Amino acid sequence: MVYDIAIIGAGVVGTQIARNFSKYDLKVALLEKESDVAMGTTKANSGIVHAGFDCQSGTLMADLNVKGCRMMEEVATTLHVPYERNGSLVVAFSEEEMGTIKELYDRGITNGLTEDELKIIDRDELVKLEPHIADNAVGALYAPTAGIVSPYELAIGAAECAVGNGVEFLRTFNVGGIIFEDGLFTIGAKDGRIIRSKWVVNAAGLFANLIADNFNNEKFKVIPRIGEYGLLDRDVYPLVTHTVFQCPTKMGKGILVAPTTHHNVFVGPTSLDMEDNMDGRHDTSVRVGALRETYAAAQKSIPSVSARDQITSFAGLRAHWVEHDFYIAPAKNNDHFINLIGIESPGLAASPAIAEYTENLILGIMGEKPAEKADWNPSRKAPVFFRTMSPEERAELIAKDPAYSRIVCRCETVTEGEIRDAIRAPAGAVDLDGVKRRTRAGMGRCQGGFCGSRVMEILSEELDKPIAEITKFGRASDIIYERTK
Amino acid sequence: MTEILNYDLVVVGGGPAGMAAALAAKDNGVPEEKIIVLERDVRLGGILEQCIHTGFGLTYFGEELSGPEYADRFVKLMDETKIAVKLNTMVLNITKENQVIATNKEDGLITINAKAIILAMGCRERPRGALDIAGSRPAGVMSAGQAQKFVNIDGYMPGHEVVILGSGDIGLIMARRMTLEGAKVKVVCEVMPYSGGLQRNIVQCLEDFDIPLRLSCTVIKVHGRDRVEGVTIANVDDHMLPIPGTEEYIPCDTVLLSVGLIPENELSKQIDLDMDMITRGPKVDEMRMTSQPGVFACGNVLQVHDLVDFVTQESQIAGKGAAQYISGLRHEGVIKTRGQNGVRYTVPQSINLDEKEDVKIYFRVGNVYHDKRVVVTCGDKVLFNRKKIKLAPGEMENVIIKAADIAEMTADQEIVVSIEEA
Repeated sequence: MVYDIAIIGAGVVGTQIARNFSKYDLKVALLEKESDVAMGTTKANSGIVHAGFDCQSGTLMADLNVKGCRMMEEVATTLHVPYERNGSLVVAFSEEEMGTIKELYDRGITNGLTEDELKIIDRDELVKLEPHIADNAVGALYAPTAGIVSPYELAIGAAECAVGNGVEFLRTFNVGGIIFEDGLFTIGAKDGRIIRSKWVVNAAGLFANLIADNFNNEKFKVIPRIGEYGLLDRDVYPLVTHTVFQCPTKMGKGILVAPTTHHNVFVGPTSLDMEDNMDGRHDTSVRVGALRETYAAAQKSIPSVSARDQITSFAGLRAHWVEHDFYIAPAKNNDHFINLIGIESPGLAASPAIAEYTENLILGIMGEKPAEKADWNPSRKAPVFFRTMSPEERAELIAKDPAYSRIVCRCETVTEGEIRDAIRAPAGAVDLDGVKRRTRAGMGRCQGGFCGSRVMEILSEELDKPIAEITKFGRASDIIYERTK
Repeated sequence: MTEILNYDLVVVGGGPAGMAAALAAKDNGVPEEKIIVLERDVRLGGILEQCIHTGFGLTYFGEELSGPEYADRFVKLMDETKIAVKLNTMVLNITKENQVIATNKEDGLITINAKAIILAMGCRERPRGALDIAGSRPAGVMSAGQAQKFVNIDGYMPGHEVVILGSGDIGLIMARRMTLEGAKVKVVCEVMPYSGGLQRNIVQCLEDFDIPLRLSCTVIKVHGRDRVEGVTIANVDDHMLPIPGTEEYIPCDTVLLSVGLIPENELSKQIDLDMDMITRGPKVDEMRMTSQPGVFACGNVLQVHDLVDFVTQESQIAGKGAAQYISGLRHEGVIKTRGQNGVRYTVPQSINLDEKEDVKIYFRVGNVYHDKRVVVTCGDKVLFNRKKIKLAPGEMENVIIKAADIAEMTADQEIVVSIEEA
């Protein structure tokens, strides 16, 4: 099979690049080493659409962050992805920190934000926005256009759109080697599969520098940087409604307390550099004691946030390039191989702009713009969210298909119909966690204790696979073994 | 658009609590065809159906039954009545007007107008995420009850080399069950200095099988990328923090959690019932009526019980209370109850001053006590004073308040249950 473009990595960046190219008359492959989209940095981050004041002025990161934040609402809305413009606050706890706030403000203006997009507010205004803020908070930088988006649903939405428009999604395609011969890339997977392509987009996140190195020995120093989180019960909302930052440090934007788009409140992330090797890129273990530190830090902003309300904890890894910028450019000696390096925070916020930038970069090199599909659909089938429907909408839905009248996940009120939809969708769910990310079955306070085995039954039925072969997240994540005696 | 039904009594949950409550309501005068039980599972019986071990019924029936046998006694009684049962049915919400909205595949959305509602939704297990366990998040970490369903209902082994965290009764039962099915249970870790399970389960499920129980010990880290490969356990200090230097790595492919049960009160919270912060169930009077008139609660949704026999007895009270409410009985004036000196909570949290019968107050203690006295007072008056050789958090205790004493009480007083020196 010869593709026009092969995109490596189905995270929030790779899927959106795939979606952008799906509008052209091109054969596009989306290669993912895991069994599902959104399995790396995309599934475990803060979900923040940063306004763009934090980035170093003049960097590509700053430019694409500001642009991406402005694009996100439309992209998310078009793809039926949960998004909320909840605004962010960087809180100062001393007059000295108010100085930092002023610096951030000035940097934001330099980065292209307008005065409507960035305001310095005093304690009174801050308390109005966040009534539970600590007593010693003196003021804040308020960015009303900052938002939150569900990062894995953004990748799922973009992938469904792309696949719906003809992109091929190749799961468990773990790239082992790439060679370039006679104007064509040959890409080999570790399981022996081989594809050929005229272009390669290396959007492999934490692994992108390894792939660049493997291809033509081009070196980028990328360090896996871990961030640990505690996620709280939805009952806690509206403890905070804005994204509440503390003043940034050199390790990042610090511990925040914020809501997700589904109105869980979370605390985190911590920030610690891991070993720059394969283990460091795979180890998303939460460190012993890390959560205690995280809650203690979070309580500086919101004193009443408590680990007692925690329903789960998790950690994600960020691809921290030592130059701390986004690097999006063709490989040395081969302008048909595009590297995307160092896509860490604010990579999610910037992702629509990163996809557009990459698209324009390739179109520029192509010279002649490929023909556009007349029937391109920028969207996807809107997923059903029974929990948020009105009684009338529920009745109408159930009248169409009684599968929507059986509640499988009681904590998040997820129906059998929604779970079947998630499995049947383009680039649909193939394992328990895949169903969870698409439908929220198992995301609630019992964490799948009730619905887990029921979801496994539906997966087994839909995928026509024995139930013992249903995994938690692919690879060897078996849930049950042989039959009892 | 949606079907609207009218019933005198809607019982939410068809486990031991719901069945006993529905039957008691009938026995106390509610017309049987005006009672409906809504159950989310495929059958009546609730969690008893997966509890295939014995030990049920010793108090209530005076004989030792398995969980399904205990449930079956009530299912048979239900079958003999005209009480309506809807299976595979989930209640979505309850309104302030005592309307119940439910859904199932056969009927779609159903709205039921009720004169009284009994909440009998049971409880759920605390998940891993609620604990501070570090490490990775592979497959193979599950609650003991989930593992019990896999083994006893679905017929699959969820693991071969097992570490159990928490010595609640389900954890103890599953230690034995997994062993009988050929798995190796390496250790049961309990963070507290005592077990939260019944003494008889520690003997019959751990000691008889030489499974070590380590007290003041917890799992601090889970290892393994895809499936569990091992855990690090460590002893904990008085503040339940791991003691450096006591860490020990134990290879295993499964971690079962038995770290507490939480009453399933989503519906109760929706209608804003007054909740007890300790039991995590609604506050009730002696007939088990909650703060919303006509809404009753019983069984594990109210307080986590140690024995199903007590669930049955409590649910019969709620059934009777609902029947009286439906027939028009209303009370005025209550006296509150509370625990102190090691008594964590009391149920019921209040007693109607016009109560004409003796009232049993259930409570649990927060620590293990030897040779103490349980003392109940109301004002200056001592209502109850008895020596107990042993009191433990795993066992539910009770005291009886005499009707004659209640007759002398006033609303400004309170009934206090406490642990005193012998």
